[in-house]
Formats: sequence, structure tokens, C-alpha cells
Amino acid sequence: MATPELERILARHRRDPLQLLQILIEAQAHAGWLPPATLSAIAEALGVPRARVESTASFYSFLHTRPAGEFRILFSDNITDRMLGNQALMKALCDKLWLEPGKVSEDGLVSVDTTSCTGMCDQGPAVLANGRTITRVTPERIDEIAHLIRRRVPVGDWPPERFHVEDNIRRRDVLLDHGLAPGAALAAALDRGATSILGEIERSALRGCGGAGFGSDIKWRSCRDAWGDAHYVICNADEGEPGTFKDRVLLASYFDMVVDGMCIAGMAIGANKGFIYLRGEYRYLLDRLETRLAQRREQGLLGRNILGRGFSFDIEIHLGAGAYICGEESALIESLEGKPGKPRIRPPFPVTNGYRGQPTTVNNVETLALAALIAVHGGEWFRAIGTPASTGTKLLSVSGDVERPGIYEFPFGVTVAEVLEAAGARDTQAVTSAGAAGHCLAADDFGRRIAFEDVATGGSIMVFDHSRDMFEVARNFLHFFAHESCGFCTPCRVGTAVNARLIDKLAADRGSPYDLDEMAKMHRLMQGASHCGLGNTATIALHDMLAKFRPAFERRLHSPEYEPAFDLDAALTQARRMTGRDDAGAHLGDNREALAEERSRPHGGTAAATVAPSPVTPAPTKDLQP
Amino acid sequence: MMAQENLNDTSSASAAATPRKLKVATVSLAGCFGCHMSFLDIDERILPLLELVEFDRSPITDIKHCGPCDIGLIEGGVCNAENVHVLREFRANCKVLIALGACAVNGGLPAQRNHLELADILQMVYRTGHGLAVGSAIPNDPELPLPLNQVHPVHEVVKIDYFLPGCPPSGDAIWAFLTQHIEGKDPALGHGLLHYD
Repeated sequence: MATPELERILARHRRDPLQLLQILIEAQAHAGWLPPATLSAIAEALGVPRARVESTASFYSFLHTRPAGEFRILFSDNITDRMLGNQALMKALCDKLWLEPGKVSEDGLVSVDTTSCTGMCDQGPAVLANGRTITRVTPERIDEIAHLIRRRVPVGDWPPERFHVEDNIRRRDVLLDHGLAPGAALAAALDRGATSILGEIERSALRGCGGAGFGSDIKWRSCRDAWGDAHYVICNADEGEPGTFKDRVLLASYFDMVVDGMCIAGMAIGANKGFIYLRGEYRYLLDRLETRLAQRREQGLLGRNILGRGFSFDIEIHLGAGAYICGEESALIESLEGKPGKPRIRPPFPVTNGYRGQPTTVNNVETLALAALIAVHGGEWFRAIGTPASTGTKLLSVSGDVERPGIYEFPFGVTVAEVLEAAGARDTQAVTSAGAAGHCLAADDFGRRIAFEDVATGGSIMVFDHSRDMFEVARNFLHFFAHESCGFCTPCRVGTAVNARLIDKLAADRGSPYDLDEMAKMHRLMQGASHCGLGNTATIALHDMLAKFRPAFERRLHSPEYEPAFDLDAALTQARRMTGRDDAGAHLGDNREALAEERSRPHGGTAAATVAPSPVTPAPTKDLQP
Repeated sequence: MMAQENLNDTSSASAAATPRKLKVATVSLAGCFGCHMSFLDIDERILPLLELVEFDRSPITDIKHCGPCDIGLIEGGVCNAENVHVLREFRANCKVLIALGACAVNGGLPAQRNHLELADILQMVYRTGHGLAVGSAIPNDPELPLPLNQVHPVHEVVKIDYFLPGCPPSGDAIWAFLTQHIEGKDPALGHGLLHYD
């Protein structure tokens, strides 16, 4: 039986199974987890098998099918957070609360754990407290958080200034200095009409800003031309790439440009409905965004008959729940339909078979804002900015070892060195050009240009100076991918786990050159065989680091001979304890010594002696007898 | 027969005229000998195989320790201290080591015990289980190898050069693998020969 609270949630979502993820997120908000009875009640109310409810509930990191504590503290664990000391802070909080990371306290009060990058790299280390973002965490803040938790102060009553998130815009260009009133771009687009807008987008040569750089005009045109009962526009605000936070700033301070862009896309492709898929980490923006959408409806800038011009378009915001894979457009659509975020088999592509099987265009937040800009100024104006193959400007999220981390809007074609200079980077060793999933650049690459034809990027620029150990950077990335692989295809599910295990082996001083070869082999395998972009890009940075920063890895090699990842002698502890034995046969020595000894063992005469078809059976030593 | 000439380490003129046969050692660790039985499924092809190789340590010869070999075939995972010693002996002596079958590759059926505590298993089997003789105790004779806390695939203990999956790999797969390898090619098993079940 559904409780009245759950009834209200179900009614609000029209008992539509496609709203399952949103229902689960809201249902969890009350108890802090999803008890089995709740899952059953939801399954019954939606008329779907319970297994389906459970498969969604268990897929997302932010949904809990077991009690997770009244207070759930998650430390953002991107490499930039680590560089700012998040591990020591997490340990301090655990010590204060008498907790082990990842476990709920015995009284069910609190749990402390890590989570993937929360998009606060410019103001880390960051924490999510019951889903609410706290930035710039310090040891003093940790004391305060522990105090508030012990006194059971609800997170909603914590000092509001703790939840302040800055924009940190460091360089503005045409987009961040647009000077347009809300709705101005939309009005300009309505003046031009759908055909003309598509023409302007084509002339602008706008390419998708999420990283892949697909031509926006091709996407919009194919979607418009596709047959369907309805067309949909989706704004991909699942900004999960470690080190990226530009969409956060666009949504927080340039939301009208984004909404205008969505309406324009809707007009261009013939859609009346749009979705913003907002990553769960940006939950704190939700109420603000909903309020602004409501205001726009009142102002005639959204909803029925926009600006009295006969065009109707409305927007619904869906929340994600902590799954990097949902940034992939077909996984995002699955998630929007309430399912686990596993990428679809393509073709068919979303432009013909997307949300509810209908033609759908999925665009990055930044792409939509730029489309709004193009609607005002025209395609020719836009194409004059940047390089011939990469037009316009790019928002770069710069973090790591720089004096001024934040958002830099540069025209395409800017060199990496110029970006580093602007951000105040010194003694730079390495730069990741597209987060954990992109190439890693060393000093001799810094003259290269940021553009699709040279250094392609979704905007995540993480900077590492010479004091940083690139091995630890690689290790952080490999664990990130092992955690975020959706598990659908074997090359990625197993490959990411194998790589994480191999690099931990190196970190535990048990590495050999063989392990580095295995990682290189895994790179080749995953590149070709993975189902989607996650597996295909999960080892690119590692591959670059192995080539460019090899000493950082070789320093970790323990022996030229293969070493097991575990202590063989320690693997006999339980048997020794249970049998009470401690004789020589109850112990195992080191692999390297054993192999050397075996190799020096005299064999029965020359090689010819062991050839005999009916050989003399050598007397086996007692403990080796099979 | 390039590979054989390369591997030929005897220098006498007569030996050069008739290339030395490759030496092969095989063993079953924590396995069921099913992979060895499947090996015998190459049937009469064992005769041409014997033109090319000779067996060192193997259940076929009953040799107890292997000398320097070209190829080592390992069936089964690593479940106890004796398995570790044998595996090290093979690694030290074999130029190329092959994990043969599901248990060697992944731990297989014996690794089903990995989600239980070894101490609990020993306690249950020898002390608290049903139908035990009065005074039953956990065997502690030094002759018996101690079980490891967990069963491991062979590549977690020594370096393995090739993996031949299957439960068991078919006789045809083993034959194709060995003949290609002996011919000096990098073995590649195509459709029908590669199974993961």
C-alpha cells in the first residue's frame, strides 16, 4: 500500500512508468532510502514488474536500496579534489564520527563515502550533504559538519552561506557577454522562421559542445525530417566529465539563453516539448530553474503561444541520480524514460528514434546557448569567430594547479599555452584536454590549438604542475571509469575493472613490466570492442600518460619478474590457523626467489635424458607429491 | 619449421639435420582432468603430434618434475600450496605457458568457494557437519598441502602467455592451437573453436 506521501508523488507523475526514475528520486527524499515496501508499492501503482523498479533503483549511485543514514555525506573524488586534500578531510570526518568510509554508523545516523566529480573543481574540495553542495571544505568546516550531524540538525537548517556556489567567470567573450534580454534571442528566431534558422545554424558551422563536435545543423535537419507523432528537444545537462563545470555556470547565470536556445531548437525541428536532464549533483539548481521557468511562462516566453506568435513549447526538468554514463545521449534517453542508463544500440539514432521512440535532438547546454546567440547575430557573424573548422567560442573549465581556476571563454584556435597563461599556471607538467576521457598533453604539446582539428575538447582542462605524480592521476581516472562503467558490455565492464586492479597492484609495489603491457593491451582491446564512448575513451588518458610520463609508472615497478597482486604466504593464514601447522610446508616464499631457485635446480642430466619415452621416475619430494 | 630451428639448442651436425622435437609438459592443478580428456579427443592426431613434440612432465608420461620445456599446458586454477609450487616449476621451466580451460583462465568451479571463508568451510566439513566420525578433526598432516584462502586463476600467480578458454576447450581447439604454435604462428582460434562456456 502506498502512503499518502507516495500517492501524491505517483499522482504528480500520472503513474507513468516512464517517470519511474523521477518517482524514485522523490520517494527517496523522505526516508533517505528506498525500502522494499516502497519499491513494491511503486511497482504495483505503475503496473510494472518489481524487477524493473529494482533494476532502476539499483543502477543509480544516488538511489539507495539499503539504509544509507539520516545524513549522507559524499566527498567529490575527482583528482582536483584529491589535490586539494579531500582524502585527509574525509578521514578527519570519519574519525570524528567514529565511522568507516562507505559504512552507515550503527545508530543509522550517518554515512560518509566518495562520489565521482561533482563539478566544483574550481572551488573544491567539494561535498554533497544529503545531495546539497558544499564547496571549499576546510578542516574547520569538517568540525562544523561533524558538530551539526551529531546534534542532528537537518541539512536544510545548516548555515545557508555554506551552500554558496560561485561562478568564477574569468574571461568573457561573445556568449558570456551577450547583453541580450531574456527572450530576445527567441523573438529574433521567431522573426526569422524555422527554415531560416536552420540555414543560419548551417552557415554558422556550429558543432556540438559536449565534446564529440557533431554538426548541429545536420542533427536538427535530420530530426526535423524524421517522421514521428511528436518531436522532442533534450538539453543534456548531465555534465559528468571530471573537471567540467561550464554547464553549471550557464544554468546558474545564463539560464535564459539556454531556454531560448531550447525553444529555438524546438521551433527548428518542429517540437513542442523539451527536457532538461539535470545531473543529480546539480540538484541545488533545480528549484531556482523551476522558478525561472514558471516566470517565463507568466511572461509569455514559454508554454502556449509564445510571445503571441502561435508557437508553443514547454520544458520539463528531469533529475539524474549520479551516473556519468547518462551523459551519453542514448543512455540519457533511457534514463529519461525511467530505465537504467545503458546506451542503446545505434542506429537507429535518437534523431529518428529517441525519447518514446520519437525523433529527438539531444544538445549540450552550451550548444543551445550558442544557437540562441546565432539566432540574433546570424551564422556569418558566428563563423567569423574561431577557426574555419571550429567556429565560435568555447567555454573552458580550468582547474587544478592554476592561480585562477574558473570559466574561460576563448575563441577556438587559442593555444593551450595561452589558456595556461591566462589562468596563471606555473611549472606545468601536464594538462588533460578533455577530462578523464580525453588526451593528456605534456609540455611540448602546449603550443597546440584548442579546436576540433587539433586538441578537441568538451572543455575540461585540468592542470598538473611538476609536484604532481601522474601515476596518481591515472589511478584516479581508472577507478573513476571502473565505477562509472554501466556494465552492459564486457570489454568495458571487465576492461575498466582489470585496469583499476592493475594500477592498484603497481601502487602496492607489486608491479612488473608485464602489468604495463597488460594495460596497453587493454587499451587496444577496449578501443575497438566497447559498445559506447565510455569504454572507447576510458583508456586514452592512460595511454598518453604511459607514453609521455613513463618514468612515473616505471618508478612503481617492483621486479622484472611477474609478481602476484597478493601475498601468497598470507593466503595460507586461515589454513594455518585452522590446522595449527607452522612447518616449512605451511608457508610459501616470494615468487621471484622461488622461480630463481627452480631455474637453478639441476635437471636429470642433459636435455636428452628427459626425452626418454619411459623415463625413470624421479623420486618426488614428499610435500610435492600430487 | 622455423620455430623448431630457432628453439634448437643442440649444436651437433646430426641434430641440425633432424630438428629437435618440441618438449611439452602438462598438468592439472585445481581442475577435473576434463581438459586433459579433451586433449585426448584429438584422437589419432596424437600420432602426427608425436612426430613434432615429446612429452615431459604430464599425466601421459608420469614424469613427476619437468625439465626445460618449450610449451607448458596448465589445467585448473590454484587452490593450494602444492599448486603454487607446481605452477612455479612450470613457469621456471617452460618458455611458453598456456592456461588451458575455464578453471585455469578464471578459477572456474573450484573458485565457487571464494565467497565463503575457508575457515568456515574447514570447520563445517571436518568438525560440525553431519555424519562425521566421533573425534573428527581438521587434517593437519604435513604431507597435505594447505588450501589457500581463495582459489586463483593461474595468471594471478605467474605470468601466462596464452589463454585457451572453454570448459573444456575442444580437442579441435587444442589441436589448432598447438599446431599453429608449433609452426611458429601466433595462434588464432576462429569461429567455432573459441568458447567461453
